[in-house]
Amino acid sequence: MIKSEAASPPKEGWLPRFRSSPPIRFLTSERAIALALVSPSIILVAIFVYGFIGWSAVVSVSNWHNINPDYSYVGLDNFKDLFQNFRFQIDIRNTVAFTLMFVLACLVIGFVLASLLDRHIAAEGVFRSIYLFPMAISFIVTGVVWRWLLAPRAGVNLLVSKVGWNPDYSWYTDSKVVYVHQGSALGDALHSIGIGFLTNPNYGLPLAMISVVIAATWQMSGFVMVLYLAGLRAIPDELKEAARVDGASEAQVLRHISFPLLRPVTLSAIIILGHQSLKIFDLVVSMTGTGPGFATDVPALFMFQSTFRANNFARGAAISVVMLATVSVLIIPYLYWSLRKESRL
Amino acid sequence: MRLKSWQVLAVGPLALILLALAACGGGDNATNTPTATGGSPTASGATSSASPLSGTLEIFSWWTTGGEAAGLQALYNLYPQVCPGNVTIQNSTIAGGGGDAARQVLASRMQGGDPPGTFQIHMGHELLDSYVASGDMQSLKSLFDSQGWNTAFPQGVLDIVSKDGIPYSVPVNIHRANVLWYNKKTFTDNGLTAPTTFDQFFQVADALKAKGITPLALGDKDTFESVQLLETTLLGSLGPDKYKGLWTGTTDWSGSDVTAALTTFQKMLTYTNDDHSSLTWDQANDLVIQGKAGMTIMGDWVDADNKAKGFTDSGWVPTPGTSGTYDALSDTFGLPKNAPNPDAVTCWLKLVGSKAGQEAFNPLKGSVCARTDCDKSLFDTYLQSAIDDWKTDTIVPSLAHGAAASPSWLSDISDAVTSFVSDRNVSTLQDRLSTACKTATVCS
Amino acid sequence: MTIRWTRVAIYAVLVIFALLYLMPIYVLVVTGLKNFREVSLDQMWDLPSGLHFSSFREAFKALDHNMWNSFRMVIPATILSCMLGSINGYILTKWRFPGSDIIFFLLLFGMFIPYQSILIPLVKTLQQGHLYGSLWGLIVTHTVYGIPITTLIFRNYYAGVPTEVVEAAKIDGASIFGIYTRIIFPLSIPGFVVVAIWQFTSIWNDFLFAATLTSNPSVQPVTVALNNLAGSFIVEWNVQMAGALIAALPTLLIYIFLGRFFMRGLMAGALSAQ
Repeated sequence: MIKSEAASPPKEGWLPRFRSSPPIRFLTSERAIALALVSPSIILVAIFVYGFIGWSAVVSVSNWHNINPDYSYVGLDNFKDLFQNFRFQIDIRNTVAFTLMFVLACLVIGFVLASLLDRHIAAEGVFRSIYLFPMAISFIVTGVVWRWLLAPRAGVNLLVSKVGWNPDYSWYTDSKVVYVHQGSALGDALHSIGIGFLTNPNYGLPLAMISVVIAATWQMSGFVMVLYLAGLRAIPDELKEAARVDGASEAQVLRHISFPLLRPVTLSAIIILGHQSLKIFDLVVSMTGTGPGFATDVPALFMFQSTFRANNFARGAAISVVMLATVSVLIIPYLYWSLRKESRL
Repeated sequence: MRLKSWQVLAVGPLALILLALAACGGGDNATNTPTATGGSPTASGATSSASPLSGTLEIFSWWTTGGEAAGLQALYNLYPQVCPGNVTIQNSTIAGGGGDAARQVLASRMQGGDPPGTFQIHMGHELLDSYVASGDMQSLKSLFDSQGWNTAFPQGVLDIVSKDGIPYSVPVNIHRANVLWYNKKTFTDNGLTAPTTFDQFFQVADALKAKGITPLALGDKDTFESVQLLETTLLGSLGPDKYKGLWTGTTDWSGSDVTAALTTFQKMLTYTNDDHSSLTWDQANDLVIQGKAGMTIMGDWVDADNKAKGFTDSGWVPTPGTSGTYDALSDTFGLPKNAPNPDAVTCWLKLVGSKAGQEAFNPLKGSVCARTDCDKSLFDTYLQSAIDDWKTDTIVPSLAHGAAASPSWLSDISDAVTSFVSDRNVSTLQDRLSTACKTATVCS
Repeated sequence: MTIRWTRVAIYAVLVIFALLYLMPIYVLVVTGLKNFREVSLDQMWDLPSGLHFSSFREAFKALDHNMWNSFRMVIPATILSCMLGSINGYILTKWRFPGSDIIFFLLLFGMFIPYQSILIPLVKTLQQGHLYGSLWGLIVTHTVYGIPITTLIFRNYYAGVPTEVVEAAKIDGASIFGIYTRIIFPLSIPGFVVVAIWQFTSIWNDFLFAATLTSNPSVQPVTVALNNLAGSFIVEWNVQMAGALIAALPTLLIYIFLGRFFMRGLMAGALSAQ
């Protein structure tokens, strides 16, 4: 039965599909059994996730700035200091830049590769394995290898110079940030509509981050490709044939049939990639460290160094709370919207 | 197979109980014994402990490979002679980040109430402002007195490892942070002599730059390298007394002499390689070895790196303006208050502070003894000159390696320096450094 | 004729991408086969002077015990988290009760916490459970933090199982557990494949928990041992890269040989069922 289901187009994103079926009527004793079966998970998660988050929250409003725990309440001071901290401001910018570039690159490359592979390619299995296997490697190893590959003095620059081309790009040692300069045409335009504060490097794109995006995309685009491939294969040919018979071009078939049906896959991919990018740590540590002028610094790294190098536990906890809050802001509305949609059915 | 409801109901809690049982019953803490045997020099001069020791001694460090691991092993080999009994040594190590991963694990364990027997930690504020301040370390005053260490170690070191006159850790080795290494062949080819003042440094740098050679190789992927460059510049510019005053609050961070030092630092950065943030210190040393760069300013672990790479053409001088000053850092061991098997730990401390122990460890590690009475002939050329300097130079604590400032303060300084290396703005840097001192409650 | 050119172009693009994806592996393998003096940034692309398997041998000697530790940790943790995820997914889709959606959401949220931030309370908690420092501590940790993603995947997967099947079984007198063992579980194989592969990979490659929760070298998983191969100051890159390849071998093999089933699992509804 499952197989025939798979042949029809995916209707909902694979993230919370609260809609499934009307609840089965069952007796209270069975209800007890159901609860008992999920109780181990609930208890474990309650302790290991919510208990610990609670601890973090408590520390984030405490005065614990040295090895000695000091739980005295300081209100939101730590958060105020954090948002005024020059390094954290850069981290926020970096996270936004990284997330946008990484998610977009994975989606585009994943989709392109999937759509190419969906055309009766010889040795499809081989290509698929090649694109997918970087997922098997840990982020730490990825970071080490790509550090070599994009080191300006070696790696890709060296390889390319062997065929005579010498752009000598500085990759992740580039401290340049692309932003709207004050006094430029665009800058003046922004000023005139009252958002002149955007003419600041804190609202720019750190070029060094591109290198990290490349490494992360190498690692995860295969996974997105596989998602899209499964999604594409689940689109029944009849739909596409019908459209073609009606005179639609390939591009139109893509736009009006495939894309809408792939929306759930895209959504799922965005959620997985998005939450990974907000937490990114191993890759940055092993590949670039904080980067020139903190160009590749990320909140998770700042949090780690605050807690374990500087012994500033309160600041570390405040950063975690901010990270969690950011993720929640993105995830909760989507979940709520799904829940509402399902309960309306 | 039909289950009755109660049987099914039991599954949930049963699973939890099973997990808990496995947890309590299980756990393979099989101890790892990297030998406490093997041929080794006799431990003369080290006081053996009275009664035989037993149990496990857990030693926590980040010495995982190369000379460091070899030195550690040499100490393990000596242990049974100095500390008779059948103690099993557990060598707990975590590599990475110059100790970062280890520090994180150590913090988690200390916070979690599971201290190792003893752990490697830098001398000075890295320990004093952390585990000593929190009351987690035992005083070692009686040990220092009974072992005669108050005379074996120079006063400068005793000052650094002590808080309010009480020592809390035993220095195994001494590394020097203010060393300028250069490629002798590059210098002779270009008719240059090693600089000893900043003016000479810039003359040499200009000459190298004109020849297309990077004057100063810098590899600051791990950040500490540029902090170390700052500290040697401060030291050379301000002199040892004012430098020490920076860490006690007697020297004003906003003063004009500091401004001058920072401006010199800014100038030095203009002579470094552009890709410094992608290189580690040893990769920067590679540039010197290959002749692509002329000099590098780095601690004396460069000596070990040169030896490993078979480079014999290395020359060294103290960094500009710092002749006669020893910018010291040290790896030390202390005694946590709730350490398991404290007797075995205390005997270990006696071993690492002893002449025999230090003579076994340091030649392999590539550092000099913290003691002043070690046998010079055991060491290589560079280290012998370092030993001579160690006996007579003024000793100052290193910033980048935890001796001069608390971890929190060092972290603020490192952030400011990282930013500076990119934006080169001296006044912003000076502001941030002054603020950092105030945040650290050392300056007012 | 146009069609031919399009096919050529397609293959060309696929091959170019394949080469790009393989570039890092080339560096890993080639560096692993060099001896220490040959290893430097500027010789990165050069083939080794000979096949120096010594770094592989050295890496393997250093890592073999830890590989075994990793297996001992990953396999129970994967099995446990898969089972929990499966049961959770089953209950939360087929036996929904008031609040089951909230529970699902609360379970799911655990996926998003940054793990660095819970290290200290985690150590304290494991300490109190006498789990700290042992492989079981790691197993429990990975099981717990695997619950969100496994529950998610299975929930999705089971949502594709029509309720009528379960209803019919109920009418026949089957209990909750009976339905699971006789109907749901046999249908779950593709889902298990996806979840097991995902979990195996993430747990095998984890470094943070492995480094924090075990200190005894005889107990540490391979990720920590691999990191220790590097040393803190002087890095022997050839041994490191060889070690990285060896440590990645199990997961690589899984993806190469089971990738097909992974795909099948995805298509059968683990991710995109209705």
